Amino acid sequence: MQELIIIIITAALLSNVVLSQFLGICSFLGVSTKTDVALGMGGAVVFVITVASAVAFGLYQILELLKLQYLDTIVFILVIACLVQIVESFFKKYVPALYRALGVYLPLITTNCAVLGVALTNVQNNYNFWQSVACGFGTAMGYLIAIVILAGIRERNAANDVPAPFKGSPIVMITACLMAIAFFGFANLSI
Amino acid sequence: MKMNKHLDAIYNGIVRENPTFVLMLGMCPTLAVSTTAINGAGMGISTTVVLILSNMLIAALRKIIPDGVRMPAYIVVVATFVTLVDFIMEAYTGALYDALGIYIPLIVVNCIILGRAEAYASKNTVSMSACDGLGMGIGFTVALVVIGLIREFLGAGTVFGIQVYEASSVFEPIAIITRAPGAFLVLAMLAALQNKFKMKSATNGLNGTEEKGCASDCESCGGGCQ
Repeated sequence: MQELIIIIITAALLSNVVLSQFLGICSFLGVSTKTDVALGMGGAVVFVITVASAVAFGLYQILELLKLQYLDTIVFILVIACLVQIVESFFKKYVPALYRALGVYLPLITTNCAVLGVALTNVQNNYNFWQSVACGFGTAMGYLIAIVILAGIRERNAANDVPAPFKGSPIVMITACLMAIAFFGFANLSI
Repeated sequence: MKMNKHLDAIYNGIVRENPTFVLMLGMCPTLAVSTTAINGAGMGISTTVVLILSNMLIAALRKIIPDGVRMPAYIVVVATFVTLVDFIMEAYTGALYDALGIYIPLIVVNCIILGRAEAYASKNTVSMSACDGLGMGIGFTVALVVIGLIREFLGAGTVFGIQVYEASSVFEPIAIITRAPGAFLVLAMLAALQNKFKMKSATNGLNGTEEKGCASDCESCGGGCQ
């Protein structure tokens, strides 16, 4: 149990998926204009990544049995695409408001490299089932934390007087840069 | 005339529609592996190979793949070539393979590749698509090498791994530039310079697209954005 908690904290804070591994930058910069939308996006990513790591673990066992490990990238990406489709249909039916707010970014979770990244990391680290799920959940929580913080900062930033050349994406990247420096602080956590 | 058309497709990818500086596509690998110029070049070249091959195969199959399942079909094509490149790199370029790590299989989800498949290869001939892939690939490689050079020079005082200046009282290498925050910082500065000099970029609306705030990565990302 303790080991699983360590995996979750490491994945969420110490090697934050967005700020230190640069996975999922697309949606991190794109859906972070409002905190509630960012929260919805983060929630969807938590669900997709957690389920994807569990499913990917099972699939890899089958691939290993058949000695087809080299097909992992192809198999994982197809499974992720299907999962995202399921989440999309679910949101469309039950949470239509959030579905509209997330718009194009929902199908884009497929190309969110964080999802495939976690699945491949789990395989590389030889994690067992629960370790894989913990790593997936932790990584996704890291994404959620980062995107909600960025959205909060951007909401305040909107009223600030930003120098003209920095308007738009440059100031968002500067913000991300400062957040990345702040997250360095977690490196000193001794666990 | 025919030759010119092909050269034009290559030129387009390198300059007019440079995937990194103008279209702002594929930011994840750009930020992650541009720590040194050599890593950037390795990533750029492997992406170029995948891009050319997948563009060619998708262009060849463009009349056969049904419209409804084109995305999964493209993903399978791209993933196949990425797996091949992954093996080749593991066998012949050990150190680079270790340095790029997980970012090699992640070429699958690089926006540039699916974006070009959707926006170009699905509508054009095999030879034109190959040229487009080559141009885009070179454009991406050049961008990664440039960013890598800046980060390497400022952060470690090296150029292509060769020490060009030592830490002194005048100027000391800024180590953080080679770490994660530096990637965001260098890219932010480059984008700001682009805005300042009103150069075409997806982020300042000068190429006719609205600002999307996501650096427009999704624009032709292949995720059904349009």
